[in-house]
Amino acid sequence: MAEASTRRSRRRPVLDNELLEDFLHAPVAVLAAVITLGFFLAALFAPWVAPHDPFDLAAVNLLDALLPPAWLEGGDGRFPLGTDDQGRDVLSTIIYGARISLGVGVASVLLAIAIGVPLGLVAGYAGGRVDAVIMRIADVQLSFPAILIALLIDGVARGLLPRELHDELAIYVLIFAIGVSGWVQYARTVRGSTLVERRKEYVQAARLIGVSAPAIMLRHILPNVLGPVLVIATIHLALAIITEATLSFLGVGVPPTQPSLGTLIRIGNDYLFSGEWWITIFPGAALAILVLAVNLLGDWLRDALNPRLR
Amino acid sequence: MFTHIGNTRTRRRLAATSALIAALAVAVPASQADAQTFRWAFQGDLQSLDPHALNETFTLGFLGNVYEGLTAYDKDLNLIPALAESWENVGPTTWIFRLRKGVKFHNGNPFTAADVVMSWKRSLSEGSDMKAYGRKIKDIRIIDDYTIEIETPAPNPILPRDLVFLYIMDAEWAEANNTLEATNVKGGEEGNYANLNANGTGPFMVVERQPDVRTVLVRAPDYWREIEGNVERGVFTPIAQDATRVAALISGELDMAYPIPVQDWDRLEAAEGVRPLTGPEARTIFLGMDQARDELLYSNVKGRNPFKDRRVRLAFALAIDVEAIRDKIMRGASVPAGLMVAPQINGFNPELNDRWPYDPERAKALLAEAGYPDGFEITMDCPNNRYVNDEKICQAVAAMLAKIGVKVDLLAQPKSKYFAKVLAQNDYDTSFYLLGWTPGTFDSHNPIFNLMMCRDKETGAGLFNLGGYCNPRVDELGRLIESETDPEKRQAMIDEAFRIHKEDVGHIPLHQQPLSWGVRDGIALVQRPDNVLDLRYVRVLD
Repeated sequence: MAEASTRRSRRRPVLDNELLEDFLHAPVAVLAAVITLGFFLAALFAPWVAPHDPFDLAAVNLLDALLPPAWLEGGDGRFPLGTDDQGRDVLSTIIYGARISLGVGVASVLLAIAIGVPLGLVAGYAGGRVDAVIMRIADVQLSFPAILIALLIDGVARGLLPRELHDELAIYVLIFAIGVSGWVQYARTVRGSTLVERRKEYVQAARLIGVSAPAIMLRHILPNVLGPVLVIATIHLALAIITEATLSFLGVGVPPTQPSLGTLIRIGNDYLFSGEWWITIFPGAALAILVLAVNLLGDWLRDALNPRLR
Repeated sequence: MFTHIGNTRTRRRLAATSALIAALAVAVPASQADAQTFRWAFQGDLQSLDPHALNETFTLGFLGNVYEGLTAYDKDLNLIPALAESWENVGPTTWIFRLRKGVKFHNGNPFTAADVVMSWKRSLSEGSDMKAYGRKIKDIRIIDDYTIEIETPAPNPILPRDLVFLYIMDAEWAEANNTLEATNVKGGEEGNYANLNANGTGPFMVVERQPDVRTVLVRAPDYWREIEGNVERGVFTPIAQDATRVAALISGELDMAYPIPVQDWDRLEAAEGVRPLTGPEARTIFLGMDQARDELLYSNVKGRNPFKDRRVRLAFALAIDVEAIRDKIMRGASVPAGLMVAPQINGFNPELNDRWPYDPERAKALLAEAGYPDGFEITMDCPNNRYVNDEKICQAVAAMLAKIGVKVDLLAQPKSKYFAKVLAQNDYDTSFYLLGWTPGTFDSHNPIFNLMMCRDKETGAGLFNLGGYCNPRVDELGRLIESETDPEKRQAMIDEAFRIHKEDVGHIPLHQQPLSWGVRDGIALVQRPDNVLDLRYVRVLD
């Protein structure tokens, strides 16, 4: 153990062969990664992967509605996981739904990073009043649950935007709402790391030779604080997907014309107790598996990059 | 994060369990303490407390517990005297109504002839949705406080039926509260007092009104008539989610809920303590198309209106597989319709009730012939909490039309927003819509007058002809039917009007939906074919 820790402490870059080696020796992490990757690929290539296009109304046949999964009595081989109330293939809607869920999740994480990281850098580097202002804002926002802030932004946007644009803009509003509600963690983490980094010799040296503050932050400090950001981003992705599903389940997320996993669960919920359980259970299971996999991956990444655990 | 989720789940389960325990603990003594409380839910809220704001069966049916008209329906839809004691047709267009004495509004004011005149005038005011009924009256002359003479614009043998839903409001109260004009469903104006306050002569008074949350009624102390029901307090809650509504009924939180989604009938049958109450409803669900404008408001076809071409309308009718809608969406519980009226309606002729057959190939050919070989795009307006499975029907219609190349952009919204958009008050802001109609008079003239005659602001004809269908002969027949008293001649005219309307494809009738109520054991009530719940007949037995 002692030998291992000295070996690891030499490590400088975030990703290297040793990390990969660790990864391959953690079966749970590998499984989680495979599942996550699978979801991403299926979502990315949905039109080729999905057996049907559930949004091509001309191809949907009402007479195929409410068929149970293929292995049950009355099931149809064309629809492995059954069909919903309009005759859409449940498997295909899940694949297309995962596309929306992951898209919104990734985009809102990127937005949160884009807001949180620069603010954290500036707060940590400048210190003083700037730091105080940014961090107090962060503290105030942190005292509200993220879902509440997302609901607030979503509600206000719906009030302000004209009705015709709601459906078109719903996804962007959602990304904005989830992104803005999640930037605080990034800002706090980056600020903490920046406080440590700015006292180090290489930063002092850069300042002495007259490198400008933005350049120091961007070129010298930023690369050294990205490790924790990566960890937070992974875990935040799972949270963003759940938040999106929650909002869509409540009916304030993406419209039913381009359903995410949360929307699918909401639609199927009406049938849960009527016998047609597959309409909501399968999207629900897909969501649970996806979030679990991303979470496990994030957990592993956190442990692997945490110097205290090394 | 993972543990965090786990915690939330556990917490939620704990919360649910404790809520359940609390509910059980409270429910038992509560049901014994105030035995005559009746709690019920519908999928949407009533539009307004204003009796002239919206001509919608649910809103008017609810308000029928608070307000009353000169005449009323009993539990079997027989016409009975209400605020009028008796009436008599003294000339072709003249009626004498003798009003009931000793009736008091909830605020204590006596009911007199002046209230009738004010209410009639109010029903004709700018924002009113009851103009079609109000215009059945040309003038009212007050003979004395309890006698009025009504003059109609034309002979109208069914005038007393036209007055059932024309509710009477206290003139003094309306004047004092500055609400002599009806609430406009379009909204926008500063609050109309009668929108949130009520003062009728009915057996119930509104004591609490929170739009979209709950409305509480209590029994009025000196109602003028003996009633069968024993409800002292009524609590109405709109519950939009089907599954939630059913769960609330089964858990005992409600005494009655409607509509029950058709897929849950078996579940109610199997559950203990509740039962489904079903039957055929007199409501016809149909599609309408804007045939009046020169260019559709919501379509990619510019410079002309495809719905002016009968071939396009026929193509739409042929593209719809109503049997599939019945089997898959309505679970076999709807009755496909070829006419705009249900079998319960006077004037219904079974021979005319066949539909345009389902024939997508011919529909496609017709579209091509009309100059739309690749179809076109159109926005469809649809309510999502008004009729049984309304949004699902619209989705299915969109999919069926997609197969003939018509791309439907579906705009499904709650009924309050839907009605505010498509009705006359908002200048018929729609190109293609789904609507349902129960004739308030239970006579075929009502849908002919409201849905099929050319729009005429003077007479009120065609007020709900949202698509502006207009055929001079149907228009003429509509006027003749109104005053014709010979049943055989009248039926022949009704048949002709319906035949022309079908040949023109003025609307596309889909089906009659089922009445679908869920009732807790220990509640006796009457299910009217117009889907109205009348608290006068509700008995809480335990």
